[in-house]
Amino acid sequence: MAASDTIGGTPRQRATDYLLRRHRFRMAEALPWLIAIAVFFIFPTRMTFGSQVLVMVMFALSLDLILGYAGIVTLGHAAFFGVGAYTVGLAAARLDWTEPISGLFAAAIAAGLVGFVTGWFLLRYRGLTLLMLTLATAILLQETGNLRSDISGGYDGLPGLTFKPLLGVFDYDLYGHTNYLYALTVLAIIFFFVRRIVYSPFGQALTGIRENVRRMHAIGSPVHRRLVTVYTIAAAIAGVAGALFTQTNAYVTLTVFDFDNSAKVMVMLILGGTGRLYGAFVGAAVYMVLEDYFSKLSPTFWQFGIGLMLVLAVLFAPRGILGLFERIGDYLAERKRS
Amino acid sequence: MAALQVEKLNRTFGALPVTRDVDLTLERGARCALIGPNGAGKTTLVNLITGVLKPHSGRVLLNGEDITASSQADRARRGLARTFQINQLFRGLTVLENLCMTVGERDGHCNNLWRSSGSKREVIDEAIGYLDSLRLTDDALKLVRELPYGRQRLVEIAIALAQKPRVLLLDEPAAGVPSSESHLILDVVAALDPDIAVLIIEHDMDVVFRFAKEITVLVQGAVFTQGTPAEIMSNEMVRAVYLGQEGHRGGHHG
Amino acid sequence: MRRRFHNHGVGLVPQVANIAVSILFDGLAYAMFLFITSVGLSVTMGLMGFVNLAHGAFAMAGGYVVVTLTRTYGVGFVPSLVIAAVVVGAVSVVFERVLYRRLYKSTDLEQVLLTIGLAFMAIATATYLYGPIPKSVPLPEWLQGDVNLGFRYFPSYRAFLIVLGAVLIAVLWYAFERTNIGAKIRAAVDNRRMAESVGINVDRLFTLTFAVGSGLAALGGGLAIQLLGLSPSFAVLYLVLFLIVVAVGGLGSLKGTLLAALVLGIFDTGGKYLLADAGGFFVYAVTVVVLLIKPAGFYGRE
Repeated sequence: MAASDTIGGTPRQRATDYLLRRHRFRMAEALPWLIAIAVFFIFPTRMTFGSQVLVMVMFALSLDLILGYAGIVTLGHAAFFGVGAYTVGLAAARLDWTEPISGLFAAAIAAGLVGFVTGWFLLRYRGLTLLMLTLATAILLQETGNLRSDISGGYDGLPGLTFKPLLGVFDYDLYGHTNYLYALTVLAIIFFFVRRIVYSPFGQALTGIRENVRRMHAIGSPVHRRLVTVYTIAAAIAGVAGALFTQTNAYVTLTVFDFDNSAKVMVMLILGGTGRLYGAFVGAAVYMVLEDYFSKLSPTFWQFGIGLMLVLAVLFAPRGILGLFERIGDYLAERKRS
Repeated sequence: MAALQVEKLNRTFGALPVTRDVDLTLERGARCALIGPNGAGKTTLVNLITGVLKPHSGRVLLNGEDITASSQADRARRGLARTFQINQLFRGLTVLENLCMTVGERDGHCNNLWRSSGSKREVIDEAIGYLDSLRLTDDALKLVRELPYGRQRLVEIAIALAQKPRVLLLDEPAAGVPSSESHLILDVVAALDPDIAVLIIEHDMDVVFRFAKEITVLVQGAVFTQGTPAEIMSNEMVRAVYLGQEGHRGGHHG
Repeated sequence: MRRRFHNHGVGLVPQVANIAVSILFDGLAYAMFLFITSVGLSVTMGLMGFVNLAHGAFAMAGGYVVVTLTRTYGVGFVPSLVIAAVVVGAVSVVFERVLYRRLYKSTDLEQVLLTIGLAFMAIATATYLYGPIPKSVPLPEWLQGDVNLGFRYFPSYRAFLIVLGAVLIAVLWYAFERTNIGAKIRAAVDNRRMAESVGINVDRLFTLTFAVGSGLAALGGGLAIQLLGLSPSFAVLYLVLFLIVVAVGGLGSLKGTLLAALVLGIFDTGGKYLLADAGGFFVYAVTVVVLLIKPAGFYGRE
C-alpha cells in the first residue's frame, strides 16, 4: 500500500489513516505461503531440497533485519547460523539430546547470546572496520571448532545424527515430508514475529538509523542499544535456521561458518531485494533453484553466472527482484493515470 | 540557573585551535545570535555544545547539569535540540514519518517491538500538530526527498521543535533557501515559544537584528565581543572584522 | 602436531634460535608478498574510498599470465613477472574507466557486490582456461635451492622475495615521499576535496594509482605461485588476507600496510610453524585486537 493510495478525507485524515493501516496484512502476502504449500503437493520428491530452501529463507530473513532495515553491512552472519547448527549438532552427538523443538530454543539462545556479546563490542564500528571484525569473528569461531576437532568433528563434521519425532508424534520419512512441513511451520512462526518487529515503532527507529544515523543521534535515539537489540534478534533467528539445517540434514560440518555462507546469504537477499521482508523469500528461492540446476550442469558456469548476475544487478537492478517489480508496478500505475 | 552555559570551551584540530576559551550563557527565553566571519568556528561550537565533538577542556551545562561527558543522544533527551546547516532528514521516508519518528523516540514509544507503529494515536496527532503549525500538513505523505529545499528546511525545524526542547540551536536556518521562500523560515523563527532558549547562527544581518536580543561575535574560534544589537552595530571593531563582507546576504557558508 | 625438541647433542637455545630465525625469515618473505599485493588496495581505498574486492582477481590474473608466458612461450620467470604487471595494470585501467567509475558515489555495499561479482567471473574464467588444479612455474637456476647467508642456508626463492620486497619498498617510499606525484597522492588521501580545490586532478591520479596498484598485485600473484601455489580460488581465498592487511594497516598508508604485513605475516607463519593447522587462528585474533583498539588501523585516519 503506497502512501499515495489512500483516498478521501482531508490531508490530515489521509495521513493518519495511512499510518494506522500500514501494518495490516495485504492479499498479496498470502502468495509465498500458498506457493510453499503448493510445492509440497506438486513436487513431493523434492522435499529435501525444499527444506533447504526454507532454511535459507529464514537465514536471509534474519540478515534482512540487520542489512535491509538497520542498514548494517557485515561479512560474518554465518557465525550465528553456525552456532545454532552446532548447538543442535553437539547436543545430539555428545549429549544425546535429540528432542528437536527444544533444540531450536537452545540454538536461538546460544546464537542470540553470541550475537549480543559480539554486537555490543562490534556495532560501535562501521565500514571496512566492521566488515573485517565480523569476518574475523566468524573465522575465529570456525577455528575454535577446528582446534577441538575431537569434539566438533572438524571439517568432516558430525554425521548420522538422528532426532526424536516432532512433538513425540510425527516421525521422519525418507522423502523429507515431515521435515518440510516442520521447517515451513517454524518459518511461519518466525516470520510472524519478524513482521511485527518491522512494523513496530522499534522497526521504524531501525529505518531511521539506516536512513540517517546522524539525525537519530541528534533526536536522542539510543542508537547503539537499538542496533545491539536487532543484532541479537537476528542472530537468534539465524541460529534457528542453522538448527533446522542440522536437523533436516542430520549432519553438520564446520563449513557452516564459511565466509562463503555469509556471502551467499547476502547475495540471495540482494537478489530478492533488501528491506522488504519478502525479498528473502524471492531471493533465496530463486538462488537455490538456479544453483541446483546450473551447478549440476557446470559449477564453473554457475559461478560465472552468479558473478554476472551480481554485476548486472548492481548496475541495473540495485533494489533486487522485488525492486524491479515495484518499478514495473509504478510504471503501470503512471500509465493508468495518464 | 541558565538554560545553557558554556564555560571556557577549548578544542583543536591537530595543531589548529578551532575553539578558544569560549564562554556563553543562554537564559530561559533567550534570543541569541552567533555571528562571525567564515571559518570562525560557529558550527564547531554548536557541535561541541551538542556533543558531536568532545572539547579538550571546558564544560557545557544544561539547566545546571554538567553534560560535558554526555552523548549526543543524552543531551537531546535532556532538552537540547539543533538543526543542521545542511538538512539531516530521513529523505526516503515521508514527512509525517520523519515527525512520528522524532516524537516516538522522544517519549520512548520506539522501545516497543510489538505493537504496530500506528497504535499510538497521540504520537500521530502530535506529529501532525507540528506539521500544522508549520503549514506542512499537505506534504505529510510526500517523501522528503520529493520536496523543494525550502520546505525540507521547514521539516528540519519541525523535527527540532518536535523534540520539545528547552534549548534550541539553529545553524543558518535560512541557508540554501530561495529568497522567495525564506520568509517562511523567518516567520517560524519569530514565532518560537518564548520559553525556549534559542541560539541562531546567521549571516544575514537583517535577520539577526530582527530576531536577536543579544549577539555574540566569534572570530577565529574565540569570543570577540558580546552585546545587544545596538552595541554591536555601533562597534567599530566588529565592522572592521567584517570588512569586505558588508553583512547583507553575504556568503552562506559558516 | 607440535614439534618436539629432541636433544641431539645440540643445546636447546640454539634449537629455539634456529626455529625463531626460520620463522622470521619465512615470515618476512610472506610479509613481503602481502605488502606487494596489498599496498595497491590500501592506497586506492584510501584515495577514493572504493572497495575493490576484485583486487585478488588481479593478483590471480597476474599469476596466470606468468604461468602462460613461462610454460607456453618459454619466457623467463623474471621478465614474465614484469610483463604480467604491466599487462594487468593496463587492463585494470580499462575496468576502472568503464565500470568502476560509475560507482564512486555508490554505497559500500554496491561496490562490494559489483567487485565480488567480477571476481567470481574471473575465477570461473580461470577455471575454464586453466582448470582447478594448482599450477607451477619453471624457475631459473639461481632461484632454486638454497643460498648461503653465512651462518645458515636459506631458500633462495624466499631470499629473492625479501630482497625484491625491500627494493620495492624503497622505490615506493621514494615515490611517495619525495616526488611531486607522491605528494599529490598523499594530499588527496588526506583530504580529497581540498586537494581538488588546489587544482589536483584526483580522477587522473586515481587511475594512475589504480594501475600501479593492480600491476603490483599482479606481480604479487606471480610471486605467489612458488610460495603459496596458484589456483583460481586464489582470488577469493587471499582476498580476505589482503583486506585484513589493509584494514589493520590503515587505508592509504604505505607505512601502515608494511607494518601490518610484517605483523600479520610473521604471526601467521609463527602460528603455523608452532601449531600447524590451528595456527591460522592468530591472524584473525590479531586483527580483532588491533581493530578494537585502533578501528582505523595502525596508521589510518579516523
